[in-house]
Amino acid sequence: MRDEAVEVRDIVVRYGDTTAVDGVSLTVPRGRVLALLGHNGAGKTSLLQVCEGFRRPDSGVATVLGLDPMGDHDALMPRLGIMLQSGGVYPWATAGEILRLFASFAATPLDVDMLLDRLGLRKFERTRWRRLSGGEQQRLSLAVALVGRPELVFLDEPTAGMDTEARHTTWRLIEELRADGVSVLLTTHLLDEAERLADEVVIMRSGVVAATGSPAELTAAAGIDLLEVRADPGLVPDGRLADLKVTETTPGEYAITGALDAAAISDVLGWFAGAGAQVTAVNTRRRTLEDVYLALTTEKVYR
Amino acid sequence: MSTLSFGVSRGHVELLQFLRDRTAMIFTFAFPAMLLLLFGTIFSDSYDQPGVSAAHVFSASMIAYGILTTAFVTMGAGLALDREDGTLKRLHGTPITATSYVLGKLLLVAFLAVAEAIILVAVGALVFGMSLPDASHWLAFVWIFLLSVISSSLLGMAISVIVKHGRTAGAILNVPVVALQFISGVFIYPVIQLPSWLITIASFFPVKWSAQGFRYVFLPDGMRVNEAAGQWELGRIALILGAWCVIGLVLCLMTFRWTRPDQ
Repeated sequence: MRDEAVEVRDIVVRYGDTTAVDGVSLTVPRGRVLALLGHNGAGKTSLLQVCEGFRRPDSGVATVLGLDPMGDHDALMPRLGIMLQSGGVYPWATAGEILRLFASFAATPLDVDMLLDRLGLRKFERTRWRRLSGGEQQRLSLAVALVGRPELVFLDEPTAGMDTEARHTTWRLIEELRADGVSVLLTTHLLDEAERLADEVVIMRSGVVAATGSPAELTAAAGIDLLEVRADPGLVPDGRLADLKVTETTPGEYAITGALDAAAISDVLGWFAGAGAQVTAVNTRRRTLEDVYLALTTEKVYR
Repeated sequence: MSTLSFGVSRGHVELLQFLRDRTAMIFTFAFPAMLLLLFGTIFSDSYDQPGVSAAHVFSASMIAYGILTTAFVTMGAGLALDREDGTLKRLHGTPITATSYVLGKLLLVAFLAVAEAIILVAVGALVFGMSLPDASHWLAFVWIFLLSVISSSLLGMAISVIVKHGRTAGAILNVPVVALQFISGVFIYPVIQLPSWLITIASFFPVKWSAQGFRYVFLPDGMRVNEAAGQWELGRIALILGAWCVIGLVLCLMTFRWTRPDQ
C-alpha cells in the first residue's frame, strides 16, 4: 500500500484568465498533518478542491489515498472527511438532524451523541442551523466531516469564526485524529494553528509554493536573527566584527544582527571577553513562523 | 440498498425543511387552491352534460397545475438553490450518489404533489360538489398522476441548470408554467376556443395531456366532446407523458452537475 495520503504533482487551476494555482506539488504522508498557509486568494482552497474531487485541475495529477479524486470519486468518498468553508447545510434542520443525516451515509459512523458532546454542541442539538452562530456552525461542519470515521480529512480554515475555547477544542481534536493515524490536510492563515498542529507547513503565495518544511525547519532555516548581549556600556566594536552589525540600543545593551552562525556567536562573545567587558546576559532570538511567513508573503507582493 | 436508504434519510430531512419553512409551505399549497376557488366562483359556464359545472372542470384540470407547481417548480428551484448555496457540493463530498440525492428530492415532491392533489380534489368535492369517480377511474388517476409527477420533476431538474440564482428561480420557472396553463386547457376551457396552431403547440407539451387525463378521471364520459380531438385519447396521454419522462431523464443525465460552472 502506498504510504502517501495525498500526492499532488504540478497542479494548475485556472478560472478564465486568472491562474489560481500555478504548478503546485506536495505530499501528505499517511498519519501526518499538513497545513497550507497563505493569504486569501493564494490558491489554498482551489488546490483543496482538486484533492476533494470537486474540480479537475487544468493540468497536473492528484492522487488521494492512491485514487483519482474525480475518476474514483465513489470509492474515495467513504474514506474522506471534508469540511468546506461555508454553506451547504439545510437551514431549517437542527444540529442533531444534520449530524445524524451525514452519519447515516457512513458504514460505521462515530457515535453522534459523543461527537455532539466533544464539540460542545449538545445544547444546540435541537437548534436549527440558521439560529447557530458562525462558530457553532463551524463546529457542526467539523463534526459532519468527522462523523464517517475518515482516513483522511480536508479542513478548509477549520477554526475560522470560532472563539478561543472552541479553537483549542478543535486543535485537541485534530491532534487526536493524528494520534489515531488519520491524515489531515488543512488550510489556515493562523500561524499559531499551523505551528501547533502541522508536521509540515506549505506556504503558498499567488498560486505557487513559497516555502515548505516543518515549522521548526522553516524557522531554523532562517537562523538566529538577533543576539542580545548585556555588558559594560560604551564598548566600540573593532574590525573583527566587521560582518556583523552591532548597535548599542541603550547603554550596556548591545543588539547584534547579521549572519549569526555558531562561529559568529563565538566571535562576538570572544570579542566582549577580549575587551575586558563583564557580560551579564546573552540572549538569542530565533525567527518565528510569523516572521518567516511575513517575509515570504509580503516582500513579493509589493515587488 | 444504500442508494435507497441514503435517499430516504435525505428525503426525511428535505421534508422537515419544507414543513418548517411555513411561508413556502402555505404558499405552495394555498396558491393553486385559491385559484381554484376564484375560478370556480367567477366562471359559471355550463355544458351539455347535466350536473357538470365550470368549477368541476377547473377542479380536475388544476390537478395538472398543482403537479407543475409542486413537482416542476419545487424541483427546479430546489436544485438551483442547492447548487447555489453549496448543499449539492457538500453532499458530493460524502458517499451519497446523484441517484440518492434525486431520490431524496423525489420523496419530497411525491409528498407535496399527493397533498396538493388531495387539497384540490377536496375543494372540488366539498366546495363545488364534484362527484368522486369509481375505481376504474381512480386506477387511471394513479398512472396519469405518476407519469405527470415524474415527467414534471425530471424536466424541473433539467431546467434548473439554466437557473443561475435561486432568487430568480421562481420567475424563470413560472414562465413555462403559466404559459402552458393558458394553452393547455387548464385556464381556458374548452381548449377548442384557442387558435388551432396554439393547440398544436400545446399538444407537444405534457401539461395538455395530464390535464386532459384528469378531466377523464373526474368528469362524466360525455364531456369528451369538449376535448380537442373529441376523445379522451388515453393511449396518447400515456404515450406522450411517458415520452416526456424519457426525455426528462435523458436531459437530466446530460446536464446534471454538482456545482455551478463558475464555482
